[in-house]
Amino acid sequence: MSPETKPSFLINPEGLRIDGRRTDEIRPIELKVGVIKQADGSASIRQGKTYILAAVYGPRELHPRHLTINDRAYLRCVYSMATFSVPDRKRPAPSRREREISMVIANALKPALFLEDYPRAVVDVFIQVLQADGGTRCAAINAASLALADAGIPMKSLVPAVAVGNAEGKLLVDLGDEEDKYGGGDVPMAMLGTTGEITLLQQDGSFSKEELVEAMGMGVTAMKYLLELQKEALKRAYTKKVAIDGEDVDEYEDDLETDLGEAEIAGEEDE
Amino acid sequence: MAVYFRKREVVVPGELLAEGRYRSSMGTYDEKGKIYSALVGIAELRGNTVKVVPLEGVYIPSEGDLVIGTITRVAGNNWKVDITGPYGASLHANNALRRPYDDDISRYFNIGDVIAAEITAFDRNSGPFLTLKGRGLGLLAEGMILDLSPAKIPRVIGRSGSMINMIKDKLRIEAVVAQNGRIWIRAPDTSTLNLAIKAFKMIEMQAHTSKLTERIGAMLDQELADMKETAPKLTEIESEEEARAPVNAEPPEEEPEPLVEEESAEEAMTALAEEPAESEASDEELAPAEEAEVAKDNDNTTEEVIEE
Repeated sequence: MSPETKPSFLINPEGLRIDGRRTDEIRPIELKVGVIKQADGSASIRQGKTYILAAVYGPRELHPRHLTINDRAYLRCVYSMATFSVPDRKRPAPSRREREISMVIANALKPALFLEDYPRAVVDVFIQVLQADGGTRCAAINAASLALADAGIPMKSLVPAVAVGNAEGKLLVDLGDEEDKYGGGDVPMAMLGTTGEITLLQQDGSFSKEELVEAMGMGVTAMKYLLELQKEALKRAYTKKVAIDGEDVDEYEDDLETDLGEAEIAGEEDE
Repeated sequence: MAVYFRKREVVVPGELLAEGRYRSSMGTYDEKGKIYSALVGIAELRGNTVKVVPLEGVYIPSEGDLVIGTITRVAGNNWKVDITGPYGASLHANNALRRPYDDDISRYFNIGDVIAAEITAFDRNSGPFLTLKGRGLGLLAEGMILDLSPAKIPRVIGRSGSMINMIKDKLRIEAVVAQNGRIWIRAPDTSTLNLAIKAFKMIEMQAHTSKLTERIGAMLDQELADMKETAPKLTEIESEEEARAPVNAEPPEEEPEPLVEEESAEEAMTALAEEPAESEASDEELAPAEEAEVAKDNDNTTEEVIEE
């Protein structure tokens, strides 16, 4: 990567951003589910140049024992950046920033999970940033919520997340690295897909009250779109599984009512 | 009053499934009269009950389940048993042995032993607790253990045992299918064992497709026919294996006995020690007979468990 220089403008005279996006346009996103076979659940996200893996293990027995919570599962998030994820080598020891982001991500995901179903257990979420290009905490939340769903952990909703920033007097959705560095500030946010409750809202830089309200409005619109992408990615992963396994699925579609998991259903009805 | 999913549609967490006078059940949650999915799975409507059959997930114990566990620790009068999933189970000696039993319960089951057991109690605060009192429960010697995803086990069993019974009949194997995703298999020879593993893996992979029992049956028939064709060439090798297998398999079963007798002979000075030794011996004698029963009993037990 060439030595970084401050770009002469973040928004060009035509109103387009440094990478050609409009102000309310998010970067191209690619979501994949089930990328790590060893994990109980996993997902990857490419958002512009940002590339992140998320792996979920559990619910499983919690070690060390003193961390157990008696009435629900403990959600343990670990966010870490690879040494090669940024132009300057990132020192491998967990930094203060990584610890904070781990906590922020756990707090953003917690309201979406039915952790009370698994008292004394732990759900481990490992997030590895392979390439960082701004917006990693939001991208990480997007991927982690997919990985949790893939692991079969009961949850109220998927959790989409996005950052909105300001630069040169305009509000920009889904900041890239330069916009983050040289812009006026950013507001990362996450919400529950079903109810729209905000589970993450941070801010750095300065925003007027009106700007903040407008930024959140733009963020919510972007998150609704992201939620659809997440749903689609999950469904794609699982319907593909169905298609690979039963060579021609449609052929077997007829006697569904009578055949699937009867044993289990019989058990249910007696309750 | 509306349902928002197609029959057997793959749904994702947070997806609105139904509204109005529907009842929320496994894999779903109810919020202000609206039913949402809580899992990735296949949505189903039975009467007015909405449920989502999970495609993934760990084993969560429930009372009455048959499980296969590995002993991980011997602690006083308890065995700690790994039954997969987040919760370790414990088995009290009173629920496993006839009294009086020896103080050192590691003589009956030791670390690494594999047992089939039933869950007697499990709730948010305590447990799970196991018992060996029941038909077909106890030590699983010989054979092999296959690990599958617990979410697929209902399919391995099939409607009131149809799938597992078919596999056992066709292959003439003994098998115990446990709710925690483990299957114990004892087959007469390696090729049959491999075929059984292939069948179970196939069920796991295709658990969500229908007419699976028929396809598995067809696959087994085909493979068995192939085996017969190639049999003349293989007989030598196979018969060798067969000849060797029982020889290999029996000693471990008998080994504990002499050991125990020696130990108890040393301890026999005290009158107390003698009785446990006897009960131990009778336990050991029972074991092979019980094992033979395990397979027959098993479908009954599993069915019961499921139909409860």
